[in-house]
Amino acid sequence: MPETQTSPRADLLPLSQRSGLVKPGIIGALTIAALAVPLSFNDYWINSIMIPMLVMGIAGVGLNLLMGFTGCVSIGSAAFMAVGAFSAYNLLLRVPVLPLPVVIILAGLIAAVFGVLFGLPSLRIKGFYLAASTLGAQFFFEWLFTNFSWFCNDNLSLTITAPRLELFGMDLKSVHGRYMIVSVTTLALVALAYSIVRSRIGREWIAVSDMETSATVIGIKVRARKLLAFGISSFYCGIAGVLWGFCYLQTSNAHSFDLDKSFEILFIVIIGGTASIFGNFIGAAFIVLTPIFLNLAVVGLGLTEHVNIGITTNLQRVLFGAMIVYILIKEPDGLYKLLQRAAAALSGACRRLRVTA
Amino acid sequence: MPEDLPAGKEALLEIHEISLSFKGVKALSNVSMEVQEGEICALIGPNGAGKSSLLNVINGVYRPQHGEVVFDGRHFQKITPFDAARRGIGRTFQHNALFERLTVLDNILAGLARHGKTTFWENIFHVGRDRAENRRFLAWASRVIAFLKLEEHAGTIVSTLPFGIQKRVDLARALVSEPRLLLLDEPMAGMNQDEKQEMSRIVSEVNSHFKTTIVLIEHDIGIVMGLAHRIVVLDYGSKIADGMPEQVRNDPGVIKAYLGEVYE
Repeated sequence: MPETQTSPRADLLPLSQRSGLVKPGIIGALTIAALAVPLSFNDYWINSIMIPMLVMGIAGVGLNLLMGFTGCVSIGSAAFMAVGAFSAYNLLLRVPVLPLPVVIILAGLIAAVFGVLFGLPSLRIKGFYLAASTLGAQFFFEWLFTNFSWFCNDNLSLTITAPRLELFGMDLKSVHGRYMIVSVTTLALVALAYSIVRSRIGREWIAVSDMETSATVIGIKVRARKLLAFGISSFYCGIAGVLWGFCYLQTSNAHSFDLDKSFEILFIVIIGGTASIFGNFIGAAFIVLTPIFLNLAVVGLGLTEHVNIGITTNLQRVLFGAMIVYILIKEPDGLYKLLQRAAAALSGACRRLRVTA
Repeated sequence: MPEDLPAGKEALLEIHEISLSFKGVKALSNVSMEVQEGEICALIGPNGAGKSSLLNVINGVYRPQHGEVVFDGRHFQKITPFDAARRGIGRTFQHNALFERLTVLDNILAGLARHGKTTFWENIFHVGRDRAENRRFLAWASRVIAFLKLEEHAGTIVSTLPFGIQKRVDLARALVSEPRLLLLDEPMAGMNQDEKQEMSRIVSEVNSHFKTTIVLIEHDIGIVMGLAHRIVVLDYGSKIADGMPEQVRNDPGVIKAYLGEVYE
């Protein structure tokens, strides 16, 4: 007998389902808390943990909309982050009238245009071969931004630094300022993502990914839906790129958005859980926190004299690899699902306790 | 029932001299047939006779090398599956091709894609026609869910449901968009006798209630004889008989090719 389960994916339930409305509310509240609380943390926490976690989470959401929902594999996410970062740099520099939020959105839209362009092969090919074509985007943009110095304003070091980060005359270059940019953007993009996946679009994306033939046969515009997924995915990655370049690294170049970064985003989606939104932030937390924990463990165990940086870096890779293999086998729906299940078990236990008491 | 055969109506679907082959292997040769508006037409024939291929030609999944399909007075040399859906040809699959990560309700709502008028911006910001469309879709879906008695499963992820219920979901997904022509590929495959009777009753009710013209493939001759107004028999990709159930039942060619084992 197959186990019947009810609504495990609250993100996807139609509007009629009340339980589906509660979850985004909770997540919204959590995100607002996440926005406010860390302002009291010290700078290290904000700069090295909160900011990269949220930014990589956004990139994860971007890839998840494409891969988890629509079923198109991409290993070129970082390329669209680069497009976003370099577009924002040039807009801030060359069009001084544009306010920061407009620049961020425009940079996302420019990345979206290139996302659609590099998504065109998805109309013909799938799976591994499509992944190979997104790899093309990865190499193309890294090449473009290193070989044409116009993109970094003929800077000899080929790096870009935000020319200005301000809003309504407020300078946002401080840790708190940058954190505010990141958290507000995250909040807006997460709300938008929920809105998208809970609409007709999210439903049709999953339909395309689950069974393309019947999606066509019932009249879903499969090609348009796939290109839309590439566009929206790259919009998210583009904005993540702006934030990564200006709010986290502050000084970046084309190699800040290399293939390793694309794979990190892929890992976030796999670890966090495909076809989820919130899960990406769990995946991002895992990616950001693991190296920190490893270093702390090395220090804590008094192994600093025996272990060098190279070993911890390699250990970190081994750990990611092992984790991904484990998750693909044991929990293909990712850590988010694992947490949901734990929460369900906990609430069940609580209920039983109340009944017996 | 054969007596109720609607008389004097135009053919909703005409198939003219369709030939289809895959890399030289003939799947259909020179098949012509007509389906009248409001009729239940059964396609029967041994395995590999070309029944599913014919359905796939009708809704554009396969493109025939020769011949044309006329649907509702329009001639199509090649119709695309998308076009077929937009013009009101619904379809179920032999092996359920459901969207397995979605709930029953979402699967059925997805079936309404061809009626979707809202744009991307309306969808993501829930403005304009989005709310009205959601409400309308939900009302249509609820009606079909009630009709096929799927209420208790509406919020369940389809992949976790038993096969028989998945078959009903597949039918619901096709039915919800109110197709003019419904193609059912072995809707009763893998069911026991009771379930088959139930499905047969549902198909008959769809036909009389929603006035939907139906072309179905079914192997159980007993069921087909009671359900269909017209039977078309295929064998090795060619049509060998076409007529009302009792005509076909007595056709010597059909008995030889297909029914022989049942009636001897």
